[in-house]
Amino acid sequence: MGPETLIEAVRTKLGPAVEAVEDSFGDPVILLRADAVRPAFAALREAPFDFAVLLDLTCVDLAAAEGRFELVYHLYSLSRNVRLRLKASVPADAPAVDSLVGLWKNAEWLEREVYDMFGVRFEGHPYLRRLLTYEGFEGHPLRKSYPWRLAQPRIPLKDDA
Amino acid sequence: MDPLFRIQRQARPESMLINMGPSHPAMHGTLRIMLELDAERILNAECEIGYLHRGFEKTCENRTYFNLLVYTDRLNYVSPLINNLGYAMTMEKMLGLAVPERAQLIRVLMSELSRIADHLTCLGAMAMENGAFTVFLYMMKAREFLWDVVEFTTGARMTTSYIRIGGVRADLHPGWREALAAAVAETRRVLKDVSGLLDRNSIFIGRTRGVGAISREDALSYGWTGPCLRSAGVPYDVRKAHPYLVYDRLAFEVPVGENGDNYDRYIVRMREMEQSLRLLEQVAARLPDAAPLGDGPEIEPAEAIRRSRGERATERIRLSPNLEGYEKERLPGLVATDRPVAVPAKEDAYTTMEGLIGHFLFFMNGKGIRPPKGDVYFSVEGGNGEVGFYIVSDGTDRPYRLHLRAPCFHIVSALDELIKGRLVADIIPTFGSMNMIAGELDR
Repeated sequence: MGPETLIEAVRTKLGPAVEAVEDSFGDPVILLRADAVRPAFAALREAPFDFAVLLDLTCVDLAAAEGRFELVYHLYSLSRNVRLRLKASVPADAPAVDSLVGLWKNAEWLEREVYDMFGVRFEGHPYLRRLLTYEGFEGHPLRKSYPWRLAQPRIPLKDDA
Repeated sequence: MDPLFRIQRQARPESMLINMGPSHPAMHGTLRIMLELDAERILNAECEIGYLHRGFEKTCENRTYFNLLVYTDRLNYVSPLINNLGYAMTMEKMLGLAVPERAQLIRVLMSELSRIADHLTCLGAMAMENGAFTVFLYMMKAREFLWDVVEFTTGARMTTSYIRIGGVRADLHPGWREALAAAVAETRRVLKDVSGLLDRNSIFIGRTRGVGAISREDALSYGWTGPCLRSAGVPYDVRKAHPYLVYDRLAFEVPVGENGDNYDRYIVRMREMEQSLRLLEQVAARLPDAAPLGDGPEIEPAEAIRRSRGERATERIRLSPNLEGYEKERLPGLVATDRPVAVPAKEDAYTTMEGLIGHFLFFMNGKGIRPPKGDVYFSVEGGNGEVGFYIVSDGTDRPYRLHLRAPCFHIVSALDELIKGRLVADIIPTFGSMNMIAGELDR
């Protein structure tokens, strides 16, 4: 199955969940509807697509220009040796999407990182808390509205609290 | 107040909660493992990361594409050249650049040197933490020879910034062949010695075989790549699956393990180093000596400017010794020259008006490297696994978003699962064989 037929097959399988298919520097990109993320990924994980690896998950802040955050998923299929990029847009004022915890085990940490950095809520995540920054950190540092080099308040010593 | 951590909420009242790290000699920098213990047995574990978070991705959004290269050195600081490579090749994919053959071979050479250094560091530290201090010293000695080759050429051991967008910074040091031959011979000897010390050592086997074992399915589900995934029996290697540079023309094998335990991770790394040594020899045989520089008298740049009031000087321009290897004659073999993606030749910048304008246009804010709009993902095989960069460009000279796919982020996310139900002493070899590098884990 070549890349074009694979994309066609994915399109047929996922039906209305696929909003569009784009090409980005030679790589196919599938735009998903945000409310269909979880069933779409569950289908992609199984045969015949067999995307057994969630390579990466990250987010892009397009709030200023387009009023949305874009979640970017990278999948890898070992049996086909194909990487696939999928994107889903969530509104910037209340960003939320279904969690993929339960489908891939690294989704727990990946989603925690995106929550920490962008404030995107993952519905159904069992343990959604900050990962790289600490409890009590104010704001989400990778949002464009978060100024570079903003100083955070010091954490009080245990004895002072 | 509610307890902060899941492990605190779930802990049984009679068991003991204890921190391992973030400041612990075996935690390789900064990782905190919270343990719920019943005597020596681990009932539950939770890892907390982020102690070395320094906002790499945010910083990159505020730096030009050329300037942010230095931050990539500080990701996996044991094999910085591979991070440089991953970033440079992602940019090349976006810019559609063709890199000269010589630069590609030099990049393979540097990648494999870094890979061996990475594996040596991981296994040396792992062996030391298990009590085999000799192995640590042997491996550090071999690493010094490898880093000699790197240092002669790049001028640095760790913060190299040597592999640049479009090629490499400078040609190899004139004495690289001898240094490389010495490093390869020394590393071979060390690998043989270490094999003799550890492969059938009952203490080492007792602490590693069957400990920290992960199944093939779990390793894939956790997004493992690199030697750790291969130890579980999956022969996935970016160099074979999505060949880049000249790897498809070089002969090497991808060693795999069977059980996915600590011992297999050790064996896979040992065998991979042998394959990397093979690659180094093949590259050395294919790589011709540097192009000879023209002879004749050299003049200072000031002298050339003075004379150019009459007629442009034809003599060679004397450069600072810091620029050795970046002479104008050598550039066509080192960087893509069809577009201004690398620092322009200093001979021109120092002596001609056009050259100086070219130099300014490369470094000025808003000018310089400006890739087309769009997003791109590209990955290379790092010491730990797939090092991927995801870059979103909005057409300016700074990335709109830059994200690193750090291989050990995914590997460490499985740590608490692997140590549950084991003894406290099993944490050390399990964590050691994962090769956590906080620089890329926390970014």
